[in-house]
Amino acid sequence: MSLLGIAVLVLGFVLRANPLLIVLASAIVTGLAAAWSPGADASTYVQAGTGTLAAFGKAFHANRYVSVVWLVLAAIGTLERLGLQERARTWIAGVHAATVGRLLGVYFVLRQVTSALGLTSLGGHAQMVRPLVAPMAEGAAEARYGPLPDRVRFAIRAHCAAADNIALFFGEDIFIAIASILLIKGFLEQSGIVVEPFALSRWAIPTAVAALVVHLVRLWLFDRRLQRTLGAKEDAK
Amino acid sequence: MIALPHLYVLGGVFFAGTAWFAAQDAANPRRFVASSFWLLLALSFLVGDRLGDLGNGVLVVGLVALATYGLGKGGTATSQPEERRASAQRHGDALFLVALVIPGTALAGTLVAKNTPWGGRLIDPAQATLVSLVLGVLIALAVVFAWLRPKFAGAGSPALVPLREGARLVSTVGWAAILPQMLASLGVVLLGAGVGKQVGLIFSEHLALDTRFAAVAAYGIGMAFFTVLMGNAFAAFPVMTAAVGLPVLVQRFHGDPAVVCAIGMLSGFCGTLLTPMAANFNVVPANLLDLPDRNAAINSVIRTQAPTALVLLAVNILLMQWLAFR
Repeated sequence: MSLLGIAVLVLGFVLRANPLLIVLASAIVTGLAAAWSPGADASTYVQAGTGTLAAFGKAFHANRYVSVVWLVLAAIGTLERLGLQERARTWIAGVHAATVGRLLGVYFVLRQVTSALGLTSLGGHAQMVRPLVAPMAEGAAEARYGPLPDRVRFAIRAHCAAADNIALFFGEDIFIAIASILLIKGFLEQSGIVVEPFALSRWAIPTAVAALVVHLVRLWLFDRRLQRTLGAKEDAK
Repeated sequence: MIALPHLYVLGGVFFAGTAWFAAQDAANPRRFVASSFWLLLALSFLVGDRLGDLGNGVLVVGLVALATYGLGKGGTATSQPEERRASAQRHGDALFLVALVIPGTALAGTLVAKNTPWGGRLIDPAQATLVSLVLGVLIALAVVFAWLRPKFAGAGSPALVPLREGARLVSTVGWAAILPQMLASLGVVLLGAGVGKQVGLIFSEHLALDTRFAAVAAYGIGMAFFTVLMGNAFAAFPVMTAAVGLPVLVQRFHGDPAVVCAIGMLSGFCGTLLTPMAANFNVVPANLLDLPDRNAAINSVIRTQAPTALVLLAVNILLMQWLAFR
């Protein structure tokens, strides 16, 4: 019965409900289902419902440090107002070898290497992608092909976000003191298996190499696609 | 020592400021809904300690109700493009330097807090990165005002500019801003109800995992699938590893637990790339980059990531098959 909460997640997903609503509903249903018994009366369910809501509220309050990171936006917003994005665009236009694929490839490698050294906070969507990486990628494409159609502009932006995520995910696990490695270590210890963090983190290296190869190939293909669709038009002029 | 309670006060002030500016945003027909949402979040940060567990739960219900009704889309009033271009020319590469102050301080502060005795007295070592990140924000803003001496045309008091611009950006992120916090709380509730054990029972009763490859594939795909549902590989890992990883792969087929778990977690990360539930990775950037399909379940960030994610999931399953049973 306690799996009803998972069913709510699936259902909410299919119905495309607001994710916040899905999450809360799933928690409450899990609590109610746990209290289910053939002879239970209404007051049992009311108690189970309020109990779950209180447990959720307690956890929400305890986890509010997760949302503190948005303070970064105060500094980024101020710098944007001062022209940070415009500066990034002009700067990259001066680098003639720059293409979207090469720029994102370099960013991917830097992001993966620094994440593997535990420096995960050096990148990120609010700190790096929106203010610097995306304007640079658009700037590189504009310098080569002139004004971009909206469709291409949005495709480039999505690639910027994707490069940041993929490089982070398949870099950070090589570092021994990252949350996921510590979680695995703790979980195995509870089951009576002792492993060193290094024994775990080195097995993240093969996947990291695969991620690098796969994604660099995709960025190269993306460059070729831009050249085919936009470059041809440029030559025709 | 600077620790979490100080950050909570700053966070509370920031979200209260967001509520204030959201209420004045005439371009948003639902500006009071949006304003109430940020005000509730500010209350959680500032007085949540005094609300009690049930009080905080009711506050969450309020946040969810407002978000489900819809926060509307605000205007993006900021400086004009010409002003920004002129300003970019005037300040040049100094803008990059200031932007790098934030990660630089986060990095230096973390190292100092963990490795020196005086650093540990200045910055709470348990939350070193978060505290240092926020310090970086404050230092970067101080550098902006002391060094660049910007002229903010028509923005009212210059001291309010960081709050106003931060509010503009966090409004762009919208309700997705609290989804990570909500998912962490759901994880606590599911753990308390013993959901992991139940999933294990279902796998062992209904799936015939009698060949090694079938078990490896079930674990890898299961990790990715539960991560898609829960938005977080950390939540899926205890469930799937207790269900399949340890009892089948390690105990029955004698796999190396370090390899099984390490690559299992990475299979989960492939799921993270595919799901709108992983809001801070997939929805927040779509909002921040103003992508037109940002409200779609499968937005263009997820679609761009999907080919790499699916190839890597297959790679992970093959790697586990080769490396875990030598």
